[in-house]
Amino acid sequence: MHGLQYIVAAGFFQSPEVQVALMVGSAVAVTSAVVGTFVVIRGQSFLGHALGDVGSTGAAGAALIGIQAIWGFLSGGLIAGVAVDVLSRRPRERDVATGVVLSSMLGLSALFIYLITQLSSSTGVTQEILFGSIFTVAPRLVWPLSVLSVLALMLIGFLYRPLLLSSVSVDAAQSRGVPVRLVSLLFLLAMITAVEQSALVVGALLSTALLIGPAATAIRFTRQLGYTLLLATVFALADTWVGILLAYNSFTWPPAGRGWPVSFFIVAIMVFLYLVSQIIPRSPSRRADKGGDSQ
Amino acid sequence: MSVEPAIAMDQVDVVLSGHTILRALDFSIARGAFVGVIGPNGAGKTTLIRLILGLIHPSSGTIRVLGMPVGKGRRRIGYVPQSFAADPDLPLRAKDLVGLGLDGERWGFALPSRSRQQRIQEMLDRVGASAYANEPVGTLSGGERQRLLIAQALLTNPDILLLDEPLSNLDIRSGREIIELVDEIARERQVTVLFVAHDMNPLLAVMNEVLYLAQGRAVVGSVDDVVQPEVLSRLYGQPVDVLRVHGRILVIASDSVVPFTHFEGVAHGQPSSPSPHL
Repeated sequence: MHGLQYIVAAGFFQSPEVQVALMVGSAVAVTSAVVGTFVVIRGQSFLGHALGDVGSTGAAGAALIGIQAIWGFLSGGLIAGVAVDVLSRRPRERDVATGVVLSSMLGLSALFIYLITQLSSSTGVTQEILFGSIFTVAPRLVWPLSVLSVLALMLIGFLYRPLLLSSVSVDAAQSRGVPVRLVSLLFLLAMITAVEQSALVVGALLSTALLIGPAATAIRFTRQLGYTLLLATVFALADTWVGILLAYNSFTWPPAGRGWPVSFFIVAIMVFLYLVSQIIPRSPSRRADKGGDSQ
Repeated sequence: MSVEPAIAMDQVDVVLSGHTILRALDFSIARGAFVGVIGPNGAGKTTLIRLILGLIHPSSGTIRVLGMPVGKGRRRIGYVPQSFAADPDLPLRAKDLVGLGLDGERWGFALPSRSRQQRIQEMLDRVGASAYANEPVGTLSGGERQRLLIAQALLTNPDILLLDEPLSNLDIRSGREIIELVDEIARERQVTVLFVAHDMNPLLAVMNEVLYLAQGRAVVGSVDDVVQPEVLSRLYGQPVDVLRVHGRILVIASDSVVPFTHFEGVAHGQPSSPSPHL
């Protein structure tokens, strides 16, 4: 027990803020990892990042009218998601549409954040919107946030095969009667839920980290989607838990003794794992030697 | 009992955003036929495939597939797309990709079952892909990917197999192997094959009929009947010559040396256009 106090600062598990942070953080980590794996497979990282950024517009708006940040994040994401979908009639237009929606929403964000700083003396709200606020999540939000996570996970479970098939070949999916457009719209909903929840934890600017990082890392170590999802979840949970622990410990650290941002720790661990995964060589081919193909 | 043709088109026009892509298609394709769908780029080959799949609808005329009106996602039609998107990291093994052919359109995820595994394995064996069944699809060659797509399309035991330019990313040797594979499978399962290709020559040994598309119009029949100067000149709407050289066929516009079809038999290292004195 004596050694543990150097790893876990006193009062960690007793702190109500930590308890809420661990619960919310875990729910968000699992959703982000699972949804993020499909985001990486579908090559939609840019849209994922944009959804996080535009969440800041919603969250700043929410702060102005005095409602919980998460509802602002979610509405920001929904508005942007719908706008991108309406504007990108052809797949190739998607990145352009995303860029246009992203900049117009961030323009609004600039205005909202300016208004917030003029109306209140603290810069805390801006910091929370952009870089996360997991220690200040209201305990009564644990319940709705968990429900949202479960809904997003159920949606992915429901979409699983058609989503995978249409990610690999839209043509093959269409030929089998998969409603490709509906599938991608429903996936967009799951994506918005995951991104905006993780924006609450690590901030609008860093929400991509939880979405893409664990998935991109897990993909390097696995060759079956089921294992990728599992490993991405493990990475995301590890990132979040260790990040929260270090952030709690950092309350005794210089310079101010007020604690370093959780997002810094979560992203640092994530980037570390990602870099390691890029350095370690992939497992060699297990191809049987009796050649079946000429190549 | 009378057997309905595999595909029957009756005066079918297809207009997409104001442009007539296919006009007055009127033909039928018998069950079990191996049809080469040949034509230059932009002739409407892919549109024809999408039409048969029920993904686009004729603006006039009627199509019957296996005696029934076309419908989206018919499990009796197997479709082999040109290729698929996969980078080397995609966590999907060859057998998982093939498995999507069994039930990829159903909601939820597939519960592992022995009979499912067995059906996938049998199909992998049949197309000669067992050696790389556990490899990530993104690491496979063009020929290997094509075998998997064929296996995927065959898992529902379709009566018709549509292949959309399966040779376009392959070298000559893998292309030949794919043609042989499709021919064998079509015979043993009595599947009607529509094989879209840019060049008819690799298919000459296996196809019973050619469906020649140009300018949105089509002629169907045996190679000898269809690939004739008069028939193709009418189809293209301009004078066309047909050259037969060492069992290979070359279709060229009479007033130019630019060939409509690529002739792979031309001397190695030469441009694909034949010399005018040929």
